[in-house]
Amino acid sequence: MSRPPKLLWTRSRDFRALPFQVSDVPPAGWTALGTLLAEGKITLLGLWAEAPGVAMALYDPATRRVAVTRVRSRRGAVPSIGASHPPAQRLERAAADLTGLRFENAPDPRPWLDHGRWDIAHPLAGGAPHPGQPPYAFLPVKGESLHQVPVGPVHAGTIEPGHFRFTAQGETVVRLEERLGYVHKGIERLMQGADLARGAELAGRVSGDSTVAYAWAFAQAAEAALEIEVPARAFFLRGIMAELERLANHLGDFGAICNDAAFSMMLAQASVLREEVLRAASDCFGHRFMRDRIVPGGVTADLSAEGASRLRALLDRIRDRFPVLVDLYDNTASLLDRTVGTGWLSPTLAGQFGAGGFVGRASGRDYDTRRDLRYAPYDMVQVEVAGRKEGDVNARVWIRIKEVEHSLGLITQMLNTLPAGPILAEPVSLGETRSGLGLVEGFRGDILAWLSLDADGRIARCHMRDPSWFQWPLLEAVIEGNIIADFPLCNKSFNCSYSGHDL
Amino acid sequence: MRRFILEGLIGRALTETAPGPDAEALEQIAASLSARARKRLGRSLAIRQVDAGSCNGCELEINALSNPYYDLERFGLHFVASPRHADVLMVTGPVTRNMAEALQRTYNAMPAPKWVITVGDCALDGGCFAGSYAITGGVSDVVPVDIHVPGCPPEPVKLLSALCAMIAGN
Ligand code: SF4
Repeated sequence: MSRPPKLLWTRSRDFRALPFQVSDVPPAGWTALGTLLAEGKITLLGLWAEAPGVAMALYDPATRRVAVTRVRSRRGAVPSIGASHPPAQRLERAAADLTGLRFENAPDPRPWLDHGRWDIAHPLAGGAPHPGQPPYAFLPVKGESLHQVPVGPVHAGTIEPGHFRFTAQGETVVRLEERLGYVHKGIERLMQGADLARGAELAGRVSGDSTVAYAWAFAQAAEAALEIEVPARAFFLRGIMAELERLANHLGDFGAICNDAAFSMMLAQASVLREEVLRAASDCFGHRFMRDRIVPGGVTADLSAEGASRLRALLDRIRDRFPVLVDLYDNTASLLDRTVGTGWLSPTLAGQFGAGGFVGRASGRDYDTRRDLRYAPYDMVQVEVAGRKEGDVNARVWIRIKEVEHSLGLITQMLNTLPAGPILAEPVSLGETRSGLGLVEGFRGDILAWLSLDADGRIARCHMRDPSWFQWPLLEAVIEGNIIADFPLCNKSFNCSYSGHDL
Repeated sequence: MRRFILEGLIGRALTETAPGPDAEALEQIAASLSARARKRLGRSLAIRQVDAGSCNGCELEINALSNPYYDLERFGLHFVASPRHADVLMVTGPVTRNMAEALQRTYNAMPAPKWVITVGDCALDGGCFAGSYAITGGVSDVVPVDIHVPGCPPEPVKLLSALCAMIAGN
């Protein structure tokens, strides 16, 4: 086996300010990187097709540096990383669907996003008429007294569509197989050739619940590529918006998780607080989800003095009400009976998949982009990172609770140190091709945005990787050995994005 | 727990005063709902929601309708799990090609009379996803639509007044 190739590892403060230098590697080196990933020495941040081959973003936890590397395809094929490192498998299947590239030795060559219903095949590679596709082959199951329960794509509640195939023995789930891709909208193709404004609009609609974080990741990538100097005030306003988004989501999900354990009162109470966050966001920034407020170069909505005091009042209100709810959670035995020990995710799997957000942090993965790959304004405030090791539903709930508290603190810090000044710098194209990387901690985990611009400043390629890519497969592992009736609870405690994943 | 019950008993209700029915939606619905059908439904409607490729933003606001501020059920409106129990199909998203059949089948599973309400800009004509190979181009390309609620996403109050329009006039 060949030695792993030398890559250009970049520190956070460098790749956030400058275009990204990609390291090209030969196929043998690419395979060696797969081995390094499998050994757990480095973490996979993303993998996507980009002419003339496939690119991969990697994180080295020891040095807190990031590398982007690329291998050229030969006769339409590249070596599979998924062959040695399973977290890459679905990313490779998606890349194959979108471009027609083949991944040599890929253990699972089935299509992923392409359900055989598009007019064209391989949309990112020109798009020839679709030749059609045989029915999807679910994994075979063998064994005594097994039965299958297919669920979806349309689910019972007001949630996103996806298909789950449970194989159960009695009540116990022995395997869950997910099939996703139902909400694939072709965003990456729509991005091609678009200008930055249109790109930001689309980025903000990849996953609605994380619209701030996505717009921010996209803006970061554009700003790094074009070396735009963003005004300091804009950074702080972005931080405030992102923490409001985290608050709203954590509060809402806290209630929803309890509701899935048949404790509906918590949903009512928590959804009141969530609603109040959204109303404050609307009053301060003009949109309940603060959509389209972050753009390359800064932000489009400023915070007035009244807005700031409106936010302080909101924080006081949550500081007053939320602990009561937490107490109630912690003192309701029937609720804890459902959440403690349910849906266990092992620290090994969380580490292997580089699971972001509360999913990873509840299973001992001590990582937060806001601290480990710092970006403004988090380099100017005190960032705390919650962590637990139990890896069950209860641990994930507690990470959310802690993060609510941390977000309250962060918003206060940002309001206290909010600098005056302009909020937007106009992006200017530099007349040459450029690439930039954005990495933002959304409420669900780290969102990656990779952006390549052509000489006119138009988008040549934009790839956005939702944290769910590395969480969905873990949900399959987590439900094993649990009863089917606990699936909604496990699922909600993950709350992966369908739209963010399917794009 | 006791604190919550006491507060619930003596505290002020959070619930918004009911918004008037949305004038535009009222017009749209008058055109599609015959007086007879309205009589049959009374003042209660069962809604089945289907996400046909949304970004999940519209779902968040639809879910907000059930929080104590909007409290949808006080109008006799409630969400049901099965299309067979539903009078109204509420659809979000530009209808991805991968979801078109599921949407069609959900619609077909509903008993008549039935209505379709679309929520969000991208459900109208694809919105910002228009022109993609992966979408059909809007809900009305797949099932007949009675009311559309614009917005990205529409605020819960807008949704509420559109729904009120559906049950108004009885
Ligand atoms: S209308 Fe807007 S918020 Fe609603 S699903 Fe479409 S893009 Fe998302």
